[in-house]
Amino acid sequence: MSILEVKNVGKRFGGLQALSEVNLSVKENSVHAIIGPNGAGKSTLLNCLVGKLIPDTGSVMFDGQSVLGRAPYEINQMGISRVFQTPEIFGDLTVLENMMIPCFAKRDGAFELNALSAVLSQKDILEKAEHMLEEMNMADKRHMHAAAMSRGDKRRLEIGMCLSQEPRLLLLDEPTAGMARADTNNTIDLLKQISDERDITIAIIEHDMHVVFSLANRITVLAQGTPLVEDDPQNIRGNPKVREAYLGESA
Amino acid sequence: MFNLNKKDLSLLIIVAVLTLFAPFILNPFPAGSAMAQFNAGYPDLMQRFVIFGIFAIGFNILFGLTGYLSFGHAAFLGVGSYAAVWMFKLLSMNVIPAILLAVIVSGLFSLLIGFVSLRRSGIYFSILTLAFAQMMFALAYSVLTPITGGETGLQLALNDPRILGVSQTAEGNIPVPGLFGLEMRDSADLVIGGWVFTFNVGYYFCALVLLASFYLSIRIFRSPFGMMLRAVKSNQQRMNYTGLNTRPYTLAAFVISGMYAGLAGGLMASMDPLAGAERMQWTASGEVVLMTILGGAGTLIGPVLGAGFIKYFENIFSKINDNVLHSWFSFLPDGLEDAVVFIIHPFIGKGWHLTLGILFMLVVIFLPGGLVEGGQRIRGWLKNRKTKDNGSASHETNPAE
Repeated sequence: MSILEVKNVGKRFGGLQALSEVNLSVKENSVHAIIGPNGAGKSTLLNCLVGKLIPDTGSVMFDGQSVLGRAPYEINQMGISRVFQTPEIFGDLTVLENMMIPCFAKRDGAFELNALSAVLSQKDILEKAEHMLEEMNMADKRHMHAAAMSRGDKRRLEIGMCLSQEPRLLLLDEPTAGMARADTNNTIDLLKQISDERDITIAIIEHDMHVVFSLANRITVLAQGTPLVEDDPQNIRGNPKVREAYLGESA
Repeated sequence: MFNLNKKDLSLLIIVAVLTLFAPFILNPFPAGSAMAQFNAGYPDLMQRFVIFGIFAIGFNILFGLTGYLSFGHAAFLGVGSYAAVWMFKLLSMNVIPAILLAVIVSGLFSLLIGFVSLRRSGIYFSILTLAFAQMMFALAYSVLTPITGGETGLQLALNDPRILGVSQTAEGNIPVPGLFGLEMRDSADLVIGGWVFTFNVGYYFCALVLLASFYLSIRIFRSPFGMMLRAVKSNQQRMNYTGLNTRPYTLAAFVISGMYAGLAGGLMASMDPLAGAERMQWTASGEVVLMTILGGAGTLIGPVLGAGFIKYFENIFSKINDNVLHSWFSFLPDGLEDAVVFIIHPFIGKGWHLTLGILFMLVVIFLPGGLVEGGQRIRGWLKNRKTKDNGSASHETNPAE
């Protein structure tokens, strides 16, 4: 049963055909990696999924509903959360507040004029946020300013924030880019744990093959804006087309 | 109490004590003494402190929390004043309906202007609000003269209908604004030794409104809504990808702060029942920005301090003239006296703007958090000295409010 269906998606920027005839089907509860060389259109595709870009052609269906033409916050409320390449968190707020905001978004929806009750009186939200912080192993940092944390911790917080919304699909855009090896391995372990323990589908865009092959159980290779192959990891490794796309014809 | 935590409650109590005892606190020098010109405890100025305090508290809800810098908030204050004066002309001289209408009308105006301006952020938002405010100023000054009184401003007249009141008093005068029989201009004097303390009905009415406004702003700051507004300032991208629609949040903040401005405008008209277009000019909008930044944007008490600071300068420093300076420095030899007066001259009287400008620059450069940060630094320094004296090192830090 596939949760995300991308059909015939095309996107053109002026003279550049960034995506053409992209077909992609992400199975529920799988970890699906989208890989490809620089300029293959990975990020453009991701932006089409979350409402930042609207494709020129084709359709994107999430759980039977079209996401096209909806604002990012609406798509998020449908159950798609996104982790950015550089962690996007609320730097001026404390770690606990960072974690509370998605809990509010989950409970109250896109807008709620809750101007007279105190934040500290929202016991259910506090409890949920504290619980999530403990699960992410950052309960001791709860009163820290989020901007003061290390990159690895920011990433952890961002993933935790996405999870506290209980999304059905988690999109990750190169989650380990620019990370040290130890941090990368921690992130891999965290994502593995998330996909094992939760009822969640993960779609990941990644450059680092180590990350891809440790996590994914399905891989789509994108090259020059169009999918080259979609297969299981063991078949992707030996596929000559993939080598060619990555290393050029001489290989 | 009041659903506030201990720290906020003590802040509210401090503000309450300061405003209620202002006639004493602001009059430290005996009347007729050489220092009496530094007394600020006369009704007119005290009313202005409080009214601009309310204006700045409201502005801070928008600017301090969401970071959207509006350069047109004086327009809402002006609209509030006009609405209140019209209520005095048409309905009655009671200040309650006048202030209610002022708040409602300015709320509607800010809804409209906010809806359009908030399509952009940053400098473009500021320019849009500035443009709207200048348009409203121009309209009020000329085109809409039948409604606004144009250049002369909107004033009460003997032949106004005042359906629920009287057109003129038994003596044939224009009635004055009041609250169920209490006239806003009524004052009582208390003379103790050389000191004269004035208690004015209008001032105390404004002070109570200020306390209510301040209390409401604390509640907003501590609410989930306030947290969302801070999140908007911090990272709109993350807001959007967390399923939150930032537009209604910023619009609600804009309307709330516009209504605060309308409340201030209504109070201004209630103290002195006339309204002029100059209240809506961009310099007036700029002033509230200065107040908020000077006091400390995003802090609870900062805007009130900033408003008091600027209004004190405007009214007290501008009154010092060369004669006063000569009398201060008369102990110096003649030539030196003239030289000192010559040097100080540009900074006083009409030059008070220069002094204020220099102080503002110093604050922004050395105390980016405004007067509130200054207070925190002094407190931290005193605390450090104390702990050093006790020989124990404390690593406690005070997070900024």
